[in-house]
Amino acid sequence: MGNDKEKGYQGFSCSGLCCTKIENFGVTIGTTKILEDVNIHIHCGELTAIIGPNGAGKSTLLKAILGDLKHTGQLRYLDAKGERTGHPLIGYVPQHLSFDTNTPTSVLDLFNACNTKAPTWLLSTKKSEDRARRSLSIANAEHLTKKRLGALSGGELQRVLLALALDPVPDLLLLDEPVSGIDQKGLEMFYSTVSELRKKYDLSIILVSHDLDLVEQYADRVILINGTVVLSGTPEEVFNDERTSQIFGISWYNNRTKSESEVR
Amino acid sequence: MLGAWYTLIDAVLPFQWAGHIFMKNALLAVLLITPLFGLIGTMVVSNKMAFFSDALGHGSFTGIAIGTLLGLVNPTYAAIIFSVVFALTITTIKEKSRESADTIIGVFSSLGVALGLVLMSLGGGFNKYSSYLIGDLLSITPEQILVLVLVFIAVIVCWLFIFNKLLLVGINSSLAASRGIKTLPVEMVFTCIVAVVVTISIQWVGLLIINALLVLPAASARNITGNVRRYTFTAIGIAMLSGLSGLIASYYFNTATGATIVLVSGVFFFISLALKNKYN
Repeated sequence: MGNDKEKGYQGFSCSGLCCTKIENFGVTIGTTKILEDVNIHIHCGELTAIIGPNGAGKSTLLKAILGDLKHTGQLRYLDAKGERTGHPLIGYVPQHLSFDTNTPTSVLDLFNACNTKAPTWLLSTKKSEDRARRSLSIANAEHLTKKRLGALSGGELQRVLLALALDPVPDLLLLDEPVSGIDQKGLEMFYSTVSELRKKYDLSIILVSHDLDLVEQYADRVILINGTVVLSGTPEEVFNDERTSQIFGISWYNNRTKSESEVR
Repeated sequence: MLGAWYTLIDAVLPFQWAGHIFMKNALLAVLLITPLFGLIGTMVVSNKMAFFSDALGHGSFTGIAIGTLLGLVNPTYAAIIFSVVFALTITTIKEKSRESADTIIGVFSSLGVALGLVLMSLGGGFNKYSSYLIGDLLSITPEQILVLVLVFIAVIVCWLFIFNKLLLVGINSSLAASRGIKTLPVEMVFTCIVAVVVTISIQWVGLLIINALLVLPAASARNITGNVRRYTFTAIGIAMLSGLSGLIASYYFNTATGATIVLVSGVFFFISLALKNKYN
């Protein structure tokens, strides 16, 4: 692994913890190279935030990890005992679930379709309904079980998707800008729920975000991406680096100092 | 077996229209075709494939022309093979190309119908094909009904296995991928099902209106339901009800059966549209 220039990269052994490794990821769509040479190493119980300017390839990276987009390179997973390796079980909360809001599908249908073999159009069992309710209660969304997907508000939908991503408990949780379409209160609630879950289930979380203040507050590690990994380290290291302020520009820097002085 | 059906109808429906053998056959065919159309229509509408299924109809039209040119007595089998290939081709190109799906389907749809028309007019005798345009449900034979029964069973079995995946792919393909679903194979299986059902019914329903029969019951059910189970069964119910009343009406008014069925479904659609606001 000598060719890894990335800071904090720890070779193949996971030092007794489970870990996920993204090795030499590259994505090319048509003739446009969107990502190349991306190496990321994530430990359990860590919240890794991915930041970067618009069009840096953040969402593309998540889609590549999911397997929804073709990519070069490898995704490797190793559990704590070093027994189970291979492809990790991934939970995914999309940036914005674009779906037809007229769709006659209830929250329960969505859970059943994901987690049961029984065809949703024919039957729904008490057991599967209980399971859906239990999962939804983790994200405080139990009362939404019978609601139609299209009738949910942005924040409600986000909580439903988070609950869905956690059932079954994944090895790796991918959150793609879960903040869009939610008000400030809902946003903080979402971050604190995610933060709690990370400790409770010892989850590895990759979070794509634009909200640098919340990233600074909650993330264990921050990775700055712009076509490839530019910087990687603790929030402090990344936010104090010159390259970060170069990429995000002066306006971001001013906002940041302003909000910092508000906090302090 | 068909004898038992005739006896049953004579006992249950002692009406003039049900007295004829061809009407008994047509009735059985309607009871097989319409629930299938209601069932797969739900996902055609949910996955926004109305235009796609229309193109599949055009593809099977060409398939029938090819089958006839090859000198087959029953061109349907050649048509099924052709339209499955046609469906898989469109799906693959749609997936690989960066062109908009609408454009690609449009191109294939028009090419399909043009090729069909050219092949059919080749010998100068286009008239014998006109039944494929309008459809003739009353001419269905017992052997063809048997084929329908087999297709009916096959589609239901497929639907039991593929539905959950298809539902997720239809809601959001990235979400489906995160649950380990390979979206392309699921879409392929689904388009094959639609291709087979459309092709097999085209000679009885007619190319011009077959898509309406697929889309209208589901589109109506969608307006008045809030979960998948109700959606599916309401669509099936509306399809069967339109099928039955359309068949009987076409007998008494002496009109084209398929078109009459579509008109009745259209009435259901506008009723559901009016109820939509109340329901939500």
